[in-house]
Amino acid sequence: MNSFAHGIHPPERKNLVADKAIEIIPPPEKVILPLLQNVGAPCEPVVRPKQDVSFGDPVCRGGAPVSASLHSPVSGRVQKISVTTLANGRHVKAIFIKTEGEQLSGRALWEEIFGGDWPMQNIQKYDPQEIIAAIYSAGIVGQGGAAFPTHVKLMPGKKKTLDTVLINGCECEPYLNADFRLMIEAPGPVVCGALLIGRVTGAEEIIIGIEDNKPEAVESLKKATFGTGIKIAVLKTKYPQGSEKQLIQAVLRRKVPLGGLPPDVGVVVNNVGTAASVARAVIKGKPVTHRIVSVTGAGIADPKNLLVPIGICFDELIKFCGGLTMDAARLIAGGPMTGFAFTNLETPVTKGTGGLIALTQKDVRKAKETSCIRCGRCVDVCPMNLVPTRLALASRQKNLDLLEKYNIQGCFECGCCAYICPAGIPLVQLIRAGKALSVASKKK
Amino acid sequence: MMPKNRPKTASDEKAPIPVLHVAHSPHLCQTARTTQRMMIDVVIAVTPLLVVSFFVFRWYAVKQIAVCLAGCLAAEVIFTKMRRRSLSLSDWSATVTGIILALSLPGPAPWYVGVIASFVSIGIGKIIFGGIGMNIFNPAMVGRAFVMIAFAGNLAASGYVDPMSPIDAMTQATPMDAFKQTGATATLSALFWGLTNGSLGETSAVACIIGGFYLCLRRTASWEIPVGVILSAGVMAGIANLADLQSHWTVLHHLLGGSLLFGAFFIATDPVSSPLAPKGKFIFGVGVGFFIMLLRFYSGYPEGVMFAVLLMNALTPLINHWTIPRTFGEK
Ligand code: SF4
Ligand code: SF4
Repeated sequence: MNSFAHGIHPPERKNLVADKAIEIIPPPEKVILPLLQNVGAPCEPVVRPKQDVSFGDPVCRGGAPVSASLHSPVSGRVQKISVTTLANGRHVKAIFIKTEGEQLSGRALWEEIFGGDWPMQNIQKYDPQEIIAAIYSAGIVGQGGAAFPTHVKLMPGKKKTLDTVLINGCECEPYLNADFRLMIEAPGPVVCGALLIGRVTGAEEIIIGIEDNKPEAVESLKKATFGTGIKIAVLKTKYPQGSEKQLIQAVLRRKVPLGGLPPDVGVVVNNVGTAASVARAVIKGKPVTHRIVSVTGAGIADPKNLLVPIGICFDELIKFCGGLTMDAARLIAGGPMTGFAFTNLETPVTKGTGGLIALTQKDVRKAKETSCIRCGRCVDVCPMNLVPTRLALASRQKNLDLLEKYNIQGCFECGCCAYICPAGIPLVQLIRAGKALSVASKKK
Repeated sequence: MMPKNRPKTASDEKAPIPVLHVAHSPHLCQTARTTQRMMIDVVIAVTPLLVVSFFVFRWYAVKQIAVCLAGCLAAEVIFTKMRRRSLSLSDWSATVTGIILALSLPGPAPWYVGVIASFVSIGIGKIIFGGIGMNIFNPAMVGRAFVMIAFAGNLAASGYVDPMSPIDAMTQATPMDAFKQTGATATLSALFWGLTNGSLGETSAVACIIGGFYLCLRRTASWEIPVGVILSAGVMAGIANLADLQSHWTVLHHLLGGSLLFGAFFIATDPVSSPLAPKGKFIFGVGVGFFIMLLRFYSGYPEGVMFAVLLMNALTPLINHWTIPRTFGEK
């Protein structure tokens, strides 16, 4: 079976919500829309406090080259533009909107977002420039977590020809099921979006990669892609199968050069959720206003998959899922391997948030940290084939030469090394510090 | 609205709120293989060796193991107290050093040899470098090397033999020495089952293989090391055999006899003093096997595992330097 080299097998714990159909959360009383939800620059507000907005109205335009615009997921009134804190700890400006009047909800909302016809033939009739324009004005960013603006990703430098589009349906992080449910419940927009991305890039081949622990998703997409020429690659269940470089290695046996990006080997990778948003933007002309979030973990009373408006506070999600259990110990936005722990329940959901996980003390139990016993397990599992223990040491010693020698910038913080380390050393945390150090030194 | 018997949750009005805390990702970690668990694995893996040594050497084995265990634990306590560090007996590493050290000593060696070897193992082998994880050499082998020089008589080939002993195995020379002196060859079955004289843990090939497989399967030991040792020793023994077709000491005698397997599975695999990357581990193993055979052929000693391991320990930083894995996508 196709896979990448190294990696780990963390407990999957997907079954908490794998079989639960997506539920639609009732419209919240307010939403908080951070102006920076993506990699790159914040967007510029185009609304003022006390202004009325309706569902889907732009509230913000992405001005800078790498930024994305933002739309209101509800109808209501702008309260204020003020600072909020994201789950990753960044303080950013945000637009606070109080919902007022009629709201689209329940089945009608589902139909609005995923319903209708999703053309899969005659994709040639869509002009690439128009597709890009639609993606840009819909404010689409990568929904797998990285949140890189999609229109930028699809317009690589003129010299690079893209021959393959990979659609990422791996969802290799434990617990999460947002992409899985999307592939089962709304395969239409995913496939249509994949075709549109193929059209933009001019790639001959479109492949959807799915891990073999999701046979239902494979079935669903096989049916939906019938006659479209899209291939499905079933991949081994292993973390981080869904990381771009690892996915490319697994499916195409190509290696993205160190410091390079997928276009360097003629590939562009997009998440299934992103593909669905692209379809919605191009076919229906509608922006990103909602996303699917798995609210799960042993610390959640009644775990669910939810369709939620961007900007809704995690508090509402938790309440809708029966609240936290008393042994909940850590809340995580995203997956448990790369997500961010936070404690402020007023934190809003962003476009890149695929999950809200409540872990209990038992789940996160950490053994006492001992010295590195040089067992080399971190080396064995690192998908980038780095030497994490040396990077951590170099970071502790603030030794820039050593950091460079061991290619610190190759690390994409997947967490495999820290997961496996028998000595319980916080390798990723140390490496992150080392990275910051090395970036800072280069700026000088 | 919600099922009545749902667990008490924070959203119940007056219910206390769970205590949340933050930490860096990843938020999960495996618990199957902690430092402590790896040490306990070694203790589990040596049980077949202990059983054979109790069976063959009786109370000699019991005494030696008790002495070294007590010595190593005492040394750990005393030295950590002296450095004013918190005591680390719970990591079991001193226990492992004690057992491995005892199993590498001859049964008749007097008690003070065991005690001194223990204190040198822990003190000079480990603590001086800064404790667990910092040492360059395998602690047990440091202790053994010290007493080998300080008490040459007790540790030389003759130290293994006690003609008066009620224990059969101990009235004869070790197979390695007998061959070196007189050319006498032990039967392969005796080497396989372990009914011969030798260091307490080394005699039985089958016990070493069982314990060694367990360690490799648990990934507590990296398989690259024993494979490297056995391959290179086998190849060298094969060449020696071809050069001297008359010799009755075959490749299998070389592999099953002496402490080659004990060394390959239990001594060379100490993670701290062996290389980090898989390729380095293999090179390390090959080096150990090579030096074992070189010492067996050309040195005055019948066996060479200890020096071979110490030598390769010294080369480990260099091997690590040569075998930095090539980063994914690096030219
Ligand atoms: S896994 Fe942990 S203990 Fe082992 S070499 Fe890496 S950092 Fe050291
Ligand atoms: S060093 Fe970086 S890339 Fe390698 S396992 Fe650790 S976090 Fe992942």
